[in-house]
Amino acid sequence: MNTTRRTVLKSATASGVLAGLIAAGALRPTQVLAADWNKAAFEAHDTAGALKGIGAGTPAESKDLILKVPDIAENGAVVPVDVVSNIPNTSSISILVDKNPSPLCAHFDFANGALADVSARLKMGQTSLVKAVAKADGKFYTAQKEVKVTVGGCGG
Amino acid sequence: MSSMNRREFLQMLAAASVAGAALDARPLLAAGKADALYDVAKFGNVHFMHFTDCHAQLLPIWFREPSVNLGIGGALGKAPHLIGEHLLKAFDIKPGTPEAHAFTYLDFAQAAKTYGKVGGFAHLATLVKRTRAGRPGALLLDGGDTWQGSATALWSQGQDMVDACKLLGVDIMAGHWEFTLGDKRVLEIVEKDFKGKIDFVAQNIKTSDFGDKVFEPYSLREMNGVKLAVIGQAFPYTPIANPRWMVPEWTFGIQDENMQKTVDEARAKGAQVVVLLSHNGMDVDLKVATRVTGIDAIMGGHTHDGVPRPVIVRNAGGQTLVTNAGSNGKFLGVLDFDVRGGKVQDFRYKLLPVFSNLLPADAEMAAYIDKVRAPHKARLEEKLAVSEGLLYRRGNFNGSWDQLILDAIMEVQGADIGFSPGFRWGTTILPGQAITFEHLMDQTAITYPHATLTEMSGEQIKTILEDVGDNLFNPDPYYQQGGDMVRVGGLQYTCTPDAKMGSRITEMRLKGKALDADKKYKVAGWAPVAEGAKGEPVWDVVARYLRDKKTIAPRKLNQPKLMGMKGNAGIAG
Repeated sequence: MNTTRRTVLKSATASGVLAGLIAAGALRPTQVLAADWNKAAFEAHDTAGALKGIGAGTPAESKDLILKVPDIAENGAVVPVDVVSNIPNTSSISILVDKNPSPLCAHFDFANGALADVSARLKMGQTSLVKAVAKADGKFYTAQKEVKVTVGGCGG
Repeated sequence: MSSMNRREFLQMLAAASVAGAALDARPLLAAGKADALYDVAKFGNVHFMHFTDCHAQLLPIWFREPSVNLGIGGALGKAPHLIGEHLLKAFDIKPGTPEAHAFTYLDFAQAAKTYGKVGGFAHLATLVKRTRAGRPGALLLDGGDTWQGSATALWSQGQDMVDACKLLGVDIMAGHWEFTLGDKRVLEIVEKDFKGKIDFVAQNIKTSDFGDKVFEPYSLREMNGVKLAVIGQAFPYTPIANPRWMVPEWTFGIQDENMQKTVDEARAKGAQVVVLLSHNGMDVDLKVATRVTGIDAIMGGHTHDGVPRPVIVRNAGGQTLVTNAGSNGKFLGVLDFDVRGGKVQDFRYKLLPVFSNLLPADAEMAAYIDKVRAPHKARLEEKLAVSEGLLYRRGNFNGSWDQLILDAIMEVQGADIGFSPGFRWGTTILPGQAITFEHLMDQTAITYPHATLTEMSGEQIKTILEDVGDNLFNPDPYYQQGGDMVRVGGLQYTCTPDAKMGSRITEMRLKGKALDADKKYKVAGWAPVAEGAKGEPVWDVVARYLRDKKTIAPRKLNQPKLMGMKGNAGIAG
C-alpha cells in the first residue's frame, strides 16, 4: 500500500521534518495583503447583484476557464472546487453559487504573472449552478456546472 | 395455506415441473445437455470472465429480474432499460427457453420450478474451472458488492466471501458495498487476505485531504504474450448512497479526467488491451464510454442488469464495449479478444446463466460453504412464516418483498407511512415456500440496519421523494445513483419520471386525504445513513411480524400512478 501524504505529514510532525520543510521554503506561510473588502458583491442576495458588485455584468462563456466541481456533492458542507484560467493576463477569479443566500463565495486577485489557479471548499445547501468568473484585460469570462446536493441513502 | 414440509414441497416441485413440460427445459434437463449452454467456443487470445454484485450469495437461489426498469431521455427504449418481451425481442431470445427465464421475469414462478435455482459459488466454481480450462490464462474479474448481502457475510465481516473468492480464483476486484464494512476493514482485507492473490483496484478513490491514491488504480498483466491492463472503478457515489462516516477520509466520484490519464498511462506502459472493471452502473458506463477513449471494454455492474450482448459505443478513439453482468451469482460473463498487431481486432461475448441443476457443484467449494455455514445453521434455517405469493425485490418502484417489509415496519411501529430503500439486491421466494431467517437477511443484511420512526412534515416527505426520484430519473446518468425508487407504504402518489426535479411527484394522498405540507406524519423506515443513528435491527422487527403472522398472503403492491410512460420498453403493456 502506498503511503499517503497524510501519513507522511503525521510522521513528519512527530519527527520535526515539517519544520525543515518550512525552513527550506517548501511550505511557506503566505503573507496576506488585506485587499479592500467588496461588501456590495459579497452581500448581494442574487447572482446578478454579485456579478454587478465585481463589475462583471454579463460575462462571456470561455473554454479557457476550467471549472472542476463534483457532479454530486459528497458533503454539501465542503464541496471542493478548482478553477484554472488559461486566459492570458487573468487578474481575478470569483466563485459563485447561484442558490446560496449570498452567491459570491470567493474572490481572488492576481498580481502580474501569477498563475491563475485556485482551490476552495464551498458550502452548499441545495443543488445549484456553480460559476467561475475570470477577469482579464478588463473583460469578464465565465464557466459553470451544476452540482447536485442530495439527501442521500437508498443507493444500490 | 398451512406451512409445508420438505416432502410436500418436493412433491409440489415435481408436479410443477410436469406442468411446465411445454417449456423447452424438459428435454434440456432430461438429456443433461448442459454442454449446449456452456460449451462456448474459444476465440482469440485474451480472455476475461466476469461476475458482479453477487451480494454474498454462496448458495443457489431464485432471482426474479425486474418488470419495471424505465429508461428516460437518451436511455429510452435501449438496453439496459428493456424488460420481458422487449428484452427477448431486442436480443433474439426465444420465449420459453432457459435463457428467456434467466434474463426476464416472464412466468417467473412457473419457470423457476422448471429450471431450478441459479447461482451458488460451488456451481459458479465449476463453470469458472470449465471456462478456464478452454482458455489458458483467462482472468476472473469480480465487479464488487461481494462482501455484503447475506447473514454469514455480515456476521463474519465479509470474511466468508473473501475466502470464497480466493478459492474461486478471483484475480482482480472493484468495490462498493465492501466499503460499508468501514475503511479499516477494507484495508485489512486488501493488505492481508488479498496480498499477492487478488488486486483490489480503484482509480476513483482518493484521500479527501490531499487527493492521494488509496488503492492501485489498475492491474497490469500479461496473457498469452499480450500485455493488458484492468482499471478499477468503485461506485462513485458510495459516500452519498451509503454512510459517509464509514469512509470519512476518502473521496470518490466518477473522475473522467483521471480515468483518461490512467488509460493513457496503461497504454504507455505497453497495454494492448484495456478493460475497465466498473461499479458505475450501466447508464454511467455508457456515458463514460463516449467521453473516455482507449478502453476496449467496460465490464460493469451495480445496476444489476443482465444484458445478453455488449452495447458498442463509438467514440473518438474507436469503440468501447459496455457490458453488465446481472447479480446474485446468476451469471458469468465471458469476453474473448483477438489481439494481433498490437491491438484488439475482434471480440466475442457471452453472458452465461448459472443454472445450478446443469452445473454440478464443485466439491471443494461445496465443502468450504458447508464449513462456514455450519456454526450458524440453526439460526439461518429458522422458518419464520410461509409465503403464499411470490416475494421479489427488483423493480423501479416496489417489489413484493419490500411491500412485506413496509407492512411489517409500519404495523410494528404504528406508523402512517413507511419508507424502505430502493436496494436492488435480495433473493426471491416462490409461492408456498417457507421464509427462513436467512431469506430475511438476504433482504436486510447491512451494517446500518436500524429501524427508525420519524416525524416528518408533508413537505419533507415530498422533498425526499423528489430527491430519490431524481437520483433514478435524472436524464443525465452522471447525476443518477443507480438504486431504485424508495419504496413507499401507506402513501399514494403520482410519478412523472420525465418531469423536472420538483415536479415529478404529485397527488400525494394518505387514506384518500391529500398530504398536508405542514402536518407531521409518523414515518417508519430503516437503513439511516447518518452517524450515530439508533434503532432495533430491521430484521428483528420483521422477524417478529413474520413469526406472529405465520402465513403471509400475497402482497398488494403500493405503486405510484405513472404518467407519460406509455410505450416505454422498460414496463409491460
